[in-house]
Amino acid sequence: MESYDAIVIGSGISGGWAAKELCEKGLKTLVLERGRNIEHLKDYPTALKEPWEFEHRNFLPQKVRKANPLISKAAGYNEDTAHFFIQDKDHPYVQEKPFDWIRGYQVGGKSLIWGRACQRWSDFEFTAPARFGYGIDWPIRYNDVAPWYSHVEKFIGVCGNKDGIASMPDGEFLPPLDFNCVEKHLQQKFLEHYKNRYLVQGRWAQLSEPQAIHLEQGRGRCQRRNLCMRGCPYGGYFSSVTSTLPWAHKTGNLSIRPFSVVHSILYDEQKGKASGVRVIDTNTKEVIEYQARIIFVNASALNSNLILLNSISHRFPQGLGNDNGLLGKFIGFHIYRGYINAAVPGFEDQYYYGKNPTEPILANFRNLGKQDTDYLGGFTTFMGAYRPRTEEVGDAVEIGADFKKALSQPAGWRVYMYMQGETMPKESNHVSLSKDQKDQWGIPLLVTSVDYDDNDEKMVKDFLTQGKEMLEKAGCVDVQTYDNKQAPGLDIHEMGGCRMGKDPKTSLLNEWNQLHACNNVFVTDGACMTSTGNQSPSLLYMALTARAANYAVEKLKRNNL
Amino acid sequence: MQRREAIQKTVLILGGALAGTEVLITACQPNAPTNVAGVIQALNPRLLEEIADVIIPDTPDSPGAKKAKVGDFMKLILQDCYAEEEQKIMAQGLEELEKTCHKEFQSGFIELKPEEKQQTLLKIDREAKDYEKNRQENTPAHYFTLVKRLTTFAYFSSEIGTTKALRYNPIPKRFEGCVPYKAGEKAWA
Repeated sequence: MESYDAIVIGSGISGGWAAKELCEKGLKTLVLERGRNIEHLKDYPTALKEPWEFEHRNFLPQKVRKANPLISKAAGYNEDTAHFFIQDKDHPYVQEKPFDWIRGYQVGGKSLIWGRACQRWSDFEFTAPARFGYGIDWPIRYNDVAPWYSHVEKFIGVCGNKDGIASMPDGEFLPPLDFNCVEKHLQQKFLEHYKNRYLVQGRWAQLSEPQAIHLEQGRGRCQRRNLCMRGCPYGGYFSSVTSTLPWAHKTGNLSIRPFSVVHSILYDEQKGKASGVRVIDTNTKEVIEYQARIIFVNASALNSNLILLNSISHRFPQGLGNDNGLLGKFIGFHIYRGYINAAVPGFEDQYYYGKNPTEPILANFRNLGKQDTDYLGGFTTFMGAYRPRTEEVGDAVEIGADFKKALSQPAGWRVYMYMQGETMPKESNHVSLSKDQKDQWGIPLLVTSVDYDDNDEKMVKDFLTQGKEMLEKAGCVDVQTYDNKQAPGLDIHEMGGCRMGKDPKTSLLNEWNQLHACNNVFVTDGACMTSTGNQSPSLLYMALTARAANYAVEKLKRNNL
Repeated sequence: MQRREAIQKTVLILGGALAGTEVLITACQPNAPTNVAGVIQALNPRLLEEIADVIIPDTPDSPGAKKAKVGDFMKLILQDCYAEEEQKIMAQGLEELEKTCHKEFQSGFIELKPEEKQQTLLKIDREAKDYEKNRQENTPAHYFTLVKRLTTFAYFSSEIGTTKALRYNPIPKRFEGCVPYKAGEKAWA
């Protein structure tokens, strides 16, 4: 049996970080990826295509939608990016309640098609569950993660402005992308009318001005094309494929095995530790086992749950580390249901140049120090102002030259807002393994049972009410609010199921992301989340991964694992 | 998640703020094919292109829909992306147009003289605008409304539309938030 110092299950945003840190510290590391290989530059077939070169010019054909009713809904999915998403038929799962499980199976995972928002969590979020009495307390605080946030930000490159907002701490920022003139106006108006509502330049994993460390990774300046999700030939945004994996590769310690779906983690009953993993080659269906001293589980939140639940041994009949029966429970997600759009009168003599790959963020202003609403939790708002091409002309404009001219010009300014809301951890929101249905590799299908609740409904309503009021106070007109009622999962922020905590009775992982009951296994992707917070989670996954990897290496050195 | 593009689309569709995409997107919902597909398949793309060129003609600053070769693309979108209802409206409408041309000019639309083409479509455009003004919710759009939207989409997404009728720079290199705009300047593609 092939043997390594470490195995990392998954090559996405957190798996890439585990690989980088472990390889840099000298561990021979095997990264297992269930999908195909993706190499920077070589495997971005659409990156430099002109918009008119796509067969349907990014207008999805009926047959694509019909064949992929799930994945074609995903944000960013289109003719130019479809190759980085799964096909529905290949990867079934069972929905006890509607849940859109969006997946990208390839080396780099969803880090190729992620949203790139990189706000830090604040202590408001780490302490909210304990203060307001929902879920369990996080075993860590902002100060435990802050140095790791810095470590990650410097390496991946995050643009942003130091705004000094308590609910969204500053980080190690590259210069921010400009506000446009309407966004500047909105920022001022919000502060005039509300003391604590801060609209700030987005914090995004975008190389606005690359530093030496980024050039060393072979990455260059963001070209302001906003075509990130096709894969960036300039390396202008962070993905595992452009950054952490090649970096790990340079150490000589990295092996990547694509087409390797992990069936389970092997447990050595004598030693009381995990001894390796069982892998199925997705093409040949050959079963292969690999040994390692430590295992990092970074398969993406729900797949990490699946693997652990499927890792059955005499010691762990309900899944690895699952002594308390809580594995797969307390699944969380982010509420993305509320959208607002409005017209902005004036500013007709203002426009912008280039494509902004980031968007401004309105920091959470709800339930910070105390509870000030009839629900728990808070929401981040993403928003921005833009001037689309004219699409609607008055009836007086006749077809012909006048019609063409009118449509060739920018319309008036518009503004949009959408929410990213916290959900409450609930035991009833869970995933489990199907007892009778298996996938093409003989692995049980995942069953999802995740739903909205009354708290979520109240938050959506509050977001829509507050957003409308703010825009109206800022002088916007024709404010339209929508609740699109989308199913959980489409937010692509599924979290939890293997949460961190102080007490092994109520949590699966300790403060170092180590399974309480099997301490050479670390889970550092979205599965580890104790609560969902309202900030985008990817940066936290990366920071927690780097932190856990460095801890694991120290423990290994002292033979403590 | 940077979902601006997707969200703008959703919001505008729901709000009907951009009726142009409204029809196009709802049109792409899955639907059962019938013999309407056959009618669309038999459509001459040149007919679509000739109509489109009256809607978006050559002007001193940029070539029109014909030079942008929108015909084949319009047919492709009709076939691949439109729902059956929209296909049906289009098929019937275009048939009606041909009948009108034969009645008034004793020839099909493609063979009409430029001023006859313009005269015919201007009349239909006015009819369509009147029809839309009085249209009840959940009743079908006028076929010419669909023709105009499809034309607009096809033209402004074409190479000529993108690079000549609009301003286009595939690699902007920088983003400037506030740039003065003078009335009449073209939009950025």
